[in-house]
Amino acid sequence: MTDIDAGELAKRRPYDWAPLLLVPLLALAALPLIGSLSTWATLTAAGLAMGMIIFIIASGLTLVFGLMDVLNFGHGAFISVGAYVAAILLAPLSGLLQADSLVLNGVALLALIALAMTATGLLGWAFERIIIMPVYGQHLKQILVTVGGMIVAQQLIIVLWGPVQLAFPLPTAFRGAIVLGDVAIERYRIIAVIVGLVVFAGMLLVLNRTKIGLLIRAGVENREMVEALGYHIRRLFVGVFVAGSALAGLGGVMWALYREELTPGMGMEVLVLVFIVVIIGGLGSIGGCFIGSLLVAVTANYAGFLAPKVALGSNIMLMVLILLWRSRGLYPVANR
Amino acid sequence: MSEAALLRLDGVNTHIGPYHILQGVELAVPRGGLTMLLGRNGAGKTTTLRTIMGLWHASAGRVRFDGAEITDWATPDIARAGIAYVPENMGIFADLTVRENLLLAARAGDIDDARLRWVFGLFPALKKFWSLPAGFLSGGQKQMLSIARAVIEPRKLFLIDEPTKGLAPAIIGNMIAAFRELKQTAATILLVEQNFMFAKSLGDTVAVMDNGRVVHAGSMAELAEDRELQHRLLGLSLDSHQ
Amino acid sequence: MTMLRVVLSGDFPQSRILSAALLVIFIALAAAPFLFPGTQSLNVAAKICYFVVLAASYDLLLGYTGIVSFAHTMFFGIGGYGAGLALYTWGPTWTSVLIGTLLGLGLAIVLALIIGLFSLRVRAIFFAMITLAVASAFAILASQLSWLTGGEDGRTFRVPEVLRPGYSLLEAGAFSINGRIITYYLIFLAALVLFLGMLRVVNSPFGRVLQGIRENEFRAEALGYRTIVYRSIVNCLSAAMATLAGVLAALWLRYTGPAVTLSFDIMLDILLMVVIGGMGTLYGAVIGATIFILAENYLQALMGALSKSAAGLPVLPQLFDPDRWLLWLGVLFVLSVYFFPAGIVGKLAARK
Repeated sequence: MTDIDAGELAKRRPYDWAPLLLVPLLALAALPLIGSLSTWATLTAAGLAMGMIIFIIASGLTLVFGLMDVLNFGHGAFISVGAYVAAILLAPLSGLLQADSLVLNGVALLALIALAMTATGLLGWAFERIIIMPVYGQHLKQILVTVGGMIVAQQLIIVLWGPVQLAFPLPTAFRGAIVLGDVAIERYRIIAVIVGLVVFAGMLLVLNRTKIGLLIRAGVENREMVEALGYHIRRLFVGVFVAGSALAGLGGVMWALYREELTPGMGMEVLVLVFIVVIIGGLGSIGGCFIGSLLVAVTANYAGFLAPKVALGSNIMLMVLILLWRSRGLYPVANR
Repeated sequence: MSEAALLRLDGVNTHIGPYHILQGVELAVPRGGLTMLLGRNGAGKTTTLRTIMGLWHASAGRVRFDGAEITDWATPDIARAGIAYVPENMGIFADLTVRENLLLAARAGDIDDARLRWVFGLFPALKKFWSLPAGFLSGGQKQMLSIARAVIEPRKLFLIDEPTKGLAPAIIGNMIAAFRELKQTAATILLVEQNFMFAKSLGDTVAVMDNGRVVHAGSMAELAEDRELQHRLLGLSLDSHQ
Repeated sequence: MTMLRVVLSGDFPQSRILSAALLVIFIALAAAPFLFPGTQSLNVAAKICYFVVLAASYDLLLGYTGIVSFAHTMFFGIGGYGAGLALYTWGPTWTSVLIGTLLGLGLAIVLALIIGLFSLRVRAIFFAMITLAVASAFAILASQLSWLTGGEDGRTFRVPEVLRPGYSLLEAGAFSINGRIITYYLIFLAALVLFLGMLRVVNSPFGRVLQGIRENEFRAEALGYRTIVYRSIVNCLSAAMATLAGVLAALWLRYTGPAVTLSFDIMLDILLMVVIGGMGTLYGAVIGATIFILAENYLQALMGALSKSAAGLPVLPQLFDPDRWLLWLGVLFVLSVYFFPAGIVGKLAARK
């Protein structure tokens, strides 16, 4: 055995940094096309905010897929359910939400989010038990029943809340924009970016610094070996599924605030973006999911400005380009 | 006799999809020794280990380990009963560091320092690459990590599937030394092997499989002396290992 | 009998009840204009005809190849828009129909090829996700490009003269053959030919390789079959068939728009038809499409009645609102995947 020291090995296979450059490069490339710096800044901020929300939603889906090979189309329903359940509190808490105080607004919003995440977490748990468990390991049936589950949940929302769109106003203190020179950035977008970063950091912390995170990362790579080492991956999976569903609920509330409205079909709309993100990032990869979310959202915002009619088409183009470059996504997970 | 056997398989049958792989395996692994499981490709050795581990479930027959019947147990429970497993493909977590790979195997929560020093003594390369992703290791180093992971905490039984597969002779020497050390700890080992020289130098007892059954069981020394038997059981030509 | 064997490609229905049911459907459809006069009945019959083609072509993917696509309505829509927009733009001639169909087929096959190229190579699950993304992008595109497609409203157009309701071929008392009936028979015959064509494909050596791949991909690869090639071909074939079904739908409806071609609801309808009828058997598509469309047309009325009678009670009226049809479909869909995976045809074949 020849001895190579660690430094040399690391040089031989450097950290894969290329995908990290994509978002900055895209933003730079868009600047001359858009022309105006202030418009560009507004679009970029909107894109980053939207990207963070998509990331919050997509991270759960990609982990569930990575860990258990389950592609859950029902994830789209959790987004809508989270937002609609949170909306229950809009009227009772309207005093707090409309007060011109960041603290009161924040408290009320946290209550909304807590309710949404509890509801979707529980729903996720039930969904896993009732819908997914019986068809565990059978891809075709899995796709079919989770699609069915999504439709049923979406229709139940219409039964309970009606088919029309509802308003979901931003709390008073979150409205308006911060102006820096001739660049105006909406407050809520900044908040969305902060929440997204906190979730991302928390997730990295759990994944990289805790035993559960270690088990999840190992399970994504080789489920069987984790079991052979003495860990019940099934319990871990239920935990991740519930956490992922709760995150979808959080994302649903954030998305509703971003749009300031609720529609029964919103989950399905976002799910399409989430799928593109997960494919771009590499199925099962959190880092890839983060970059993919930002890429998709920033592209959508630029395209929405430059060529509004083909905005969603631009994401398909983006996906095609990324897959041409790396056919398994930005960060393919080993053994997948 | 039954007290002496730590692990015992009685009439074990295993189906994988439409294929009937194990067809009534009888196997006893005595406590405190190294049992070699030999046989041609496709004889059912790997399936036997996987069935013991609960990664396949026996359709008939019983697996008894240390006084308990574990036939229908879930894999994690079998592992926790005190069986460590090194699969044929090594089962290394390539995206995890060497340290994290070992940390996972240490169910007590933390790695015991003395034990770790002992493992580093067996496989010095692991110390060197301690905080690198295991995917960066060479094939031989991965095999060492895989074995280190099994032995990082004391276990009652070690199931090891073809540790010498694809390794250079120098590394095989290293491996033999490591297993000798492991034997000193009075561990019980069931080792699947194709390399007869390797088997001869380590085994106490031996079982030979063919067509999903154990066709011979006895002492390793006996088999090592009996060229005729080797030829008949393993298809080894009479002088291929000189 | 020999002739029947040739027509059915040797693939006879596996049970007596099934054969009887298929025969009833065939006769009912063949004589629909005379057995069930009236606009709504004829609409139902025509819809069954082109949905049989649509569901059967979807089964080529889902049942025979084991891959889930959500882009089938996209191809259906490409056919509908192809023929519809050609008639709208270039006038109601057969040339327009032909050119529109060919353009639609070309686009569908190219799209199917590209989608397959990106996703079939990697994993079946990729295919489901990518087709969903592409199909929803296409649906949005179709409603955005309103100068061409008419947007959400779609396009109403005129069909060649022979097919118009005003055209009369024969009139003898109460008995008349007008353009609608001619259109119906055009659709019926086209659907029949396309269906028998697909039956031929799945019973050819090609079809058997597909099923081999579905059962055990690794084994098929080991035997030397390039699975990606087979999957790509069937993907294109299925897309082409869906496109033709779309053309038939456009000719019948004399209208094309997102709601009747591209919507996700229709995708769900197709899934349900195939699953209820029985995956992996084209006869299942016939049974599934027929039952589904009959139920859609007559059960919704029942739901309306239930909803009315529950008026005043909480939630129930909403639950049974005919617009919540999709809710019950979803429940039915999940239940049939669990408890009825072989579908009606599978159940019947098991009984013999």
